[in-house]
Amino acid sequence: MNRRLPFSLLLPALLTLLGVLVPLSYLVMRALGADPGELREIVFRSRNLTLAGNTLLLGASVLLTTTLVALPLAFLAARTDLRPRGLLTLLGVLPLAIPGYVGAYAFIAAGGAGGAIDSLTGLRVPGPGGFWGALLVLTLFTFPYLFLNLHAALRTQDPALEDAARLLGRTRWQTFWQVTVPHLRPAWLSGGLLIGLHTLGDFSVVSLMRYPTFSAAIYQQYTAAYDRVYSAWLALLLLVLTGAVLWLEARFMRGVFLSRVSPSTARKPGTVKLGRLRPLAWGFVAVLAFVSLVLPLGTVLYWLGLETSPFAWPSLLDALQSALGAAALAALTTTALALPLALIGSRFSGRWPRVIERAAYLGYATPPLAFALALIFFVLRAAPPLYQTLPLLIIAYTLHFVAEAIGPIRSGLVRATPRLEEAARVLGVSRAGALRRVTLPLLGPGLLVSAAFVFLSVLKELPLTLLLSPIGFETLARNVWSYTEEAQYASAAPYALALAAVGAMLTLLILRRERE
Amino acid sequence: MTVIDRLKPEGGTATHPASAPFALELQHLVKYFHPPGRQVSNLPPVVNDLCLQVAQGELLTLLGPSGCGKTTTLRLIAGLEEPDGGAVWIDGRNMTQPPQPPERRGVGLVFQDYALFPHLSVLGNVLFGLNRLPRAERLTRARETLSLVGLTVFETRMPHQLSGGQQQRVALARALAPRPRLLLLDEPFSNLDAQLRHSTRQEVRAILRRSGVAAILVTHDQEEALAFSDRIALMRAGQIEQIGTPQEVYARPRTAFVASFLGRSNLLSGTVQAGLARTVLGTIELEGEAVPDGPVMVSVRPEHLAFTDDPSGTEAVVLAREFKGHAVTYTLALGQQELQLHDTGQALHAEGQGVRVCAVRAGRVVR
Repeated sequence: MNRRLPFSLLLPALLTLLGVLVPLSYLVMRALGADPGELREIVFRSRNLTLAGNTLLLGASVLLTTTLVALPLAFLAARTDLRPRGLLTLLGVLPLAIPGYVGAYAFIAAGGAGGAIDSLTGLRVPGPGGFWGALLVLTLFTFPYLFLNLHAALRTQDPALEDAARLLGRTRWQTFWQVTVPHLRPAWLSGGLLIGLHTLGDFSVVSLMRYPTFSAAIYQQYTAAYDRVYSAWLALLLLVLTGAVLWLEARFMRGVFLSRVSPSTARKPGTVKLGRLRPLAWGFVAVLAFVSLVLPLGTVLYWLGLETSPFAWPSLLDALQSALGAAALAALTTTALALPLALIGSRFSGRWPRVIERAAYLGYATPPLAFALALIFFVLRAAPPLYQTLPLLIIAYTLHFVAEAIGPIRSGLVRATPRLEEAARVLGVSRAGALRRVTLPLLGPGLLVSAAFVFLSVLKELPLTLLLSPIGFETLARNVWSYTEEAQYASAAPYALALAAVGAMLTLLILRRERE
Repeated sequence: MTVIDRLKPEGGTATHPASAPFALELQHLVKYFHPPGRQVSNLPPVVNDLCLQVAQGELLTLLGPSGCGKTTTLRLIAGLEEPDGGAVWIDGRNMTQPPQPPERRGVGLVFQDYALFPHLSVLGNVLFGLNRLPRAERLTRARETLSLVGLTVFETRMPHQLSGGQQQRVALARALAPRPRLLLLDEPFSNLDAQLRHSTRQEVRAILRRSGVAAILVTHDQEEALAFSDRIALMRAGQIEQIGTPQEVYARPRTAFVASFLGRSNLLSGTVQAGLARTVLGTIELEGEAVPDGPVMVSVRPEHLAFTDDPSGTEAVVLAREFKGHAVTYTLALGQQELQLHDTGQALHAEGQGVRVCAVRAGRVVR
C-alpha cells in the first residue's frame, strides 16, 4: 500500500531511464545535424524504400512461419497424448541455445558444392540464401519465444471455458477456433513481439544470407563505408519501424484480459487423443528435430572433424573465458538493476512507475545496432576514454537486457506478496529484515532464472559485442562471426560448438527451474 | 491526568490517563485514501472519527458490510497504515505519537488469507516471530503454541501440504507465539467451508479465552459476530453505529441499519400517538424509552410475528416459504409491504394462501 517511491528504488530507475534515453536523443540530434541538401539526398534514397520493404516482408513472414511451427508443437506438447511430453518441450526450447548466426553458418556450410552434405553423401543440395534462407534460419531459431508463451497459455487455460463451449453445442473443432485460439491472443502477441523485435534487430543472419534489411545495411555502413550520418539515419529509420511495431502490438493488446475468471480451483485441461493422426504428428516432430537440431549440430561436428589446427585450442579457451566472464558480469549487474525495477512495476501504480517500466522495455526494443551506434556517438562526444572499454560493454548489455530479467522476477513477486512482508512486520521484524528473511528467499528461483536468461542472451549477443568490445576482446560469438564471414567454416566450428553446448546447458537449467 | 500516572515508566512513550490501561483505545481515528498520484481527495474518509475501547482479555467483533472501513481500522491498529488523525493506544502506550512501526507494537495479526510463509515449515512459521526470545526458549515456546492449536505432529510440514483449517490454525499459532498484548483477526474464518468454520470458530474462541489475550475480530458474518464476541461494534461508513453485548445489540437496535444487518428485521413506517405506533400491522406497542408523537420507523423481528385466527389480525398472502428444519421463514405480502415471519409451529401454509398475522411482542423505534 506504499504510495510514494522510496529513493532507493528511484535511483536505479532514473539511471535506466537516462541510460536509454540520452544516447537515443543524441542519435536523433546527430541524424538531424547534417546539412539540408545532404539530408534530402539521404532520406529520399530509393534504397531506403527497398530496405523498408525487405525488413517488413521478412518480419511478417517470420511471424507467420514461427506460428505455423510453434502452435502445433505447443498443442502437441500441452494437450495431446503424444509422449514423452518432456521431449516435445525440449524440442520447443532447445533451439534457443543456437544463435541465429550459428544456425545460418551451419546451413550455409552444409549445403552447396563442398558443403557437409555434398562431401558426406555426394548429394548436391543448393545452399540456402536470400529471402528464403533468412526466413528458414530465423524461423528455426526464434520460434521457441512463441512456443514458450503458447505452451504456457495452453497448459494453464481454464478447461471450464472449453467445457462450457461444448455444452453450448460447439464441436471440438469449433471450440478450438472459437474459444481456445482467441484465448491464446495475449500469449501470441507477447511472443510475436519478441520475434518481431529480434527480426528487426538481427543483422547477422540476413548478412550471411545476403538479404538486405535495415540492420544489414547499418552494419555494412558501419564496417565498410563508415558513413556516420547515413548510418545514424538508417538507425533512426529502424527505430521508427520498431516504434510502429510496438504501437501495433499495444493496439492489439488493448482490451485483452489475461485473468482466469473461474473462481473454482484450477483444473488441468483434458488430453486430446491423437488416434490415426499420430504418425503425422511424429513426422512433424521428426522433421523439426532434424532441421533445427540434428542438421546444424551435425554440420558443426563435420567441420570440426575435418580440420583442427593445434593453435585453435588456447584461443578457444581464451574466447570461452572472456565470453563467460562478460556474460557472468552482465548477468549480475542486469539482475541487480532488474530487481528494483520489478519491485516498482509490481508494487506501485501511477504514471511514474509505468514510465520507468516502459523505459526498461524501450532499451530492449531498441535494435542493438542502433543502440550501439547511439552509445558510440554519445560516448565519443561526452566521455571518449570510455569508448571500447569493458565497463561500457557491460553497461550496454545491462541496459539492453534488463527487460528480459524483469519478467521472471515479477512472476516471483507474485508469490512474495507485500502481505507476507506485512505478516513479518507484525511479527516483530523490521522492513529490511522482512525483505531479507521473506521476500529474497521467495524470489531466489526467479532471480536465478533471470540471471540465466541474461547470461544466455549475452553469450549469443553479437551486434553490441562487435561494436563495443575492447580491442582484442575475443568472445565465442565474435569468433564464430568473423570466421564465418570469411567462409572459414572449419575454424568457426569449435567456437560454434562451445556456444551451443553452453547455451544448451543454460536452457536446460532455465527449463528445470521454470517447471518447479 | 494525575502526576503519578505521568511518572509511570513506559519506555519513553507517554502513558495513558486511565489507571488500568485498556488493551486498546482508539481516539478520534481518521483515515483517508488518496487516489494514486494525488495528495488530496474529495472522497469521504474510510475511517471517520472512530472511538473504541477494548478491555484486557475482551473479545470484540467489528461487524459491517464490505467497504465499511473495518479492515482499514485493523491495519491502522497494527501500524500497517498511518492514520490521518487521532490516536491509537495499545496497553496504555501511545502508538501514533510518535508513530511506532508495526514490529514495535506487540500486536498479533491473523490475515484473511493467512499469509503463511511458503518457504518455511509449520515450525519455521511459528518460530519466525520469536526472534526477541532467548535462543533456548524459542523452540519450547513454538512447540507449546503449536500444541495449543493441536498441530504438534505437523511441525515439519510445509504450508501447502496442509488443509485450509490446519493453515488457519498455524496462522493463529504464529500470531499467538510471541504472546501479543492484542490479537487482530481479519475475517480468519471466511476461507473455510461452513462446517469447518463453525468448529474452528469455537476452537479459536476457546484458545483465546485460555490465553487471556484481548482480540478484535473483523467479519461481515453476523452469525459469527453473535457467537464469537463479548461485544459487537457495528460499523458503517467508517463509523461505529452501535456497540454493546450481542444480546443488547440484537434486542435493542438503535438504527434501521443495525436492525437489518444483525439478524433479520421488518422495518415498518408508522406514526406514534400516545406511545403506540400505527402501522400496516395495525397498532403496535413500543418498548424502550418514551417516543414523542410523530412519524417513525418501527423494527419488528420476524420471530415476533405470528399467525393468528383472531379476526383482528392483519390479512396477508404467503409469497414464499423457506423450510429450515426447526422453523419456517415465510415471506408475506401486506398490500405493497413485504414481511418476514419466523414460525416454529407444526402447520405449514402453502404459497398463495391467505393468512392473518399479528405482532406478539412490542416493536422498537429505530432511526
